[in-house]
Amino acid sequence: MSDFTVTAETPRAPALGRPLVRPREPAAVAQTTPKVVIKDVRFFYKKYEALKGINLALHDKRVTAFIGPSGCGKSTLLRILNRIYELYPGQRATGEVLVDGRNILEPGQDLNLLRAKIGMVFQKPTPFPMSIYDNIAFGIRLYERLSPGELDARVEEALHRAALWDEVKDKLRQSGLSLSGGQQQRLCIARAIAVKPEILLLDEPASALDPISTQRVEELIAELKSDYCIALVTHNMQQAARSSDFTAFMYLGELVEYNETEAIFTHPRERRTEDYITGRFG
Amino acid sequence: MTLYQRRRAGNVVALTLSWVATGIGLLILFLVLWTLLRNGLPALGSDLFTKPTPPPGGRGGIGNAIYGSVVMTAVATLVGTPVGVLTGTYLAEFGRGSRIAPVVRFVNDILLSAPSIIIGLFVYELMVVRMGHFSAWAGSVALAIIVVPVVVRTTEDMLMLVPGSLREAAIALGAPQWKVIVSVIYRAALQGMLTGVMLAVARIAGETAPLLFTAFNNQFWSTNMNGPMANLPYVIFQFALSPYADWQVLAWGGAMLITLAILMLNIVARLLTSWSNRTL
Repeated sequence: MSDFTVTAETPRAPALGRPLVRPREPAAVAQTTPKVVIKDVRFFYKKYEALKGINLALHDKRVTAFIGPSGCGKSTLLRILNRIYELYPGQRATGEVLVDGRNILEPGQDLNLLRAKIGMVFQKPTPFPMSIYDNIAFGIRLYERLSPGELDARVEEALHRAALWDEVKDKLRQSGLSLSGGQQQRLCIARAIAVKPEILLLDEPASALDPISTQRVEELIAELKSDYCIALVTHNMQQAARSSDFTAFMYLGELVEYNETEAIFTHPRERRTEDYITGRFG
Repeated sequence: MTLYQRRRAGNVVALTLSWVATGIGLLILFLVLWTLLRNGLPALGSDLFTKPTPPPGGRGGIGNAIYGSVVMTAVATLVGTPVGVLTGTYLAEFGRGSRIAPVVRFVNDILLSAPSIIIGLFVYELMVVRMGHFSAWAGSVALAIIVVPVVVRTTEDMLMLVPGSLREAAIALGAPQWKVIVSVIYRAALQGMLTGVMLAVARIAGETAPLLFTAFNNQFWSTNMNGPMANLPYVIFQFALSPYADWQVLAWGGAMLITLAILMLNIVARLLTSWSNRTL
């Protein structure tokens, strides 16, 4: 997998959902399938409306980046996709989020199964207070009964994919907290992909990391994209430009513009998008 | 005097007062320890641990009281800890945003500061009167009631210290809440929770009042949980106030032992804390 560059060979795909701005050229033939379709999603913190009717689609085997100033609702949107916001009383989402055609916002969902299918990596590394091995095995053991040998293989595979294996293979029994920040974050990514999810939600996964660790995480995203539908929230516009196929620009709880990344960064349709990506505000 | 000089002077005064206060506290502590060691060491010998309390003038030790204290403290800890841990878990993990949790927390705080003699009387009414006799079981229950609020409090506090991001990370993997708590949150809070249990043990090891009405005392070496049982605090109380010099020596010995045991528990709790901080 040497697909580290995103721009030139990215297949052209239409902006799905309800694009606020029509693309200049007619949309190219879709070579991707929408994995997640978000329809008129609104989100409330008690009475405050944090998302004001979001429509867009996330494509399978593609990276969709969410950019926008702090408080624009991009992390909130991500937290709707695995309904993790429900841990907190007073938070509520309306609308529809279709994952493979099934609305996950409907009541009566098995949230544990849903979350097992949708991996999430957070801004700060969150290794569990257990060994590196157990950090990875924790999620696998939840849903699968494996022999020790099979489990070893799965742990190794996950660490390989997260580009961490070579650094930790001799200290799998050491605490996950003994790793450096960048390693911890890759451990968390390995933990998320070890359960073989279909969708990966990355909430500013590199914002707490140094440039070299950031680069490794970005390489990892490029490599993981071949298997997953990835949603990436980032404050870093270069990162969005480098790592994603599609970019959504959000502002004050609204989706301002959503298009292929190249289009967003070369000729944005909206004035606000242009102002933001050129650094005039935000 | 300039403003700056005044502030410097104020600083010196405050610092001196702090030092003096600290010194007084430490001085009292060391005086207690010194007195205990000076008077208690002569009582030390194998008899102290192996022989039961003697009649005045006879040879003996406080072995039965040591045994009773250890047994009742252990039973009380075994009974009180699970109740306390589960209640603390409810408060910190499940009861967020519920209306019951603040009430439970408030009641627990009252229980935490309830005079222990009241708890002794409560268990006297609850068990001793109904059973018709003093018993080690009643003593253990009274001590357990003291353990519960201490453990509830420390458990809740320690669980609240675990960052929410850790909970989110575990739940995002699809783990059910109980699994998150048992496998991740407890692990993260383990040392603090253990420290809380240790503190509870230290607290009940020296309690006299709850045992006064419940386990009472026994001059023989009794292992019968259904009957009265000797215990260190009571024996110290009885022997120290007695007119017999040999009893008084034994009381000093018991007081020294109980103090050293509590000191050790606290040191172990500290070591545990720093040890798990390093490894986890």
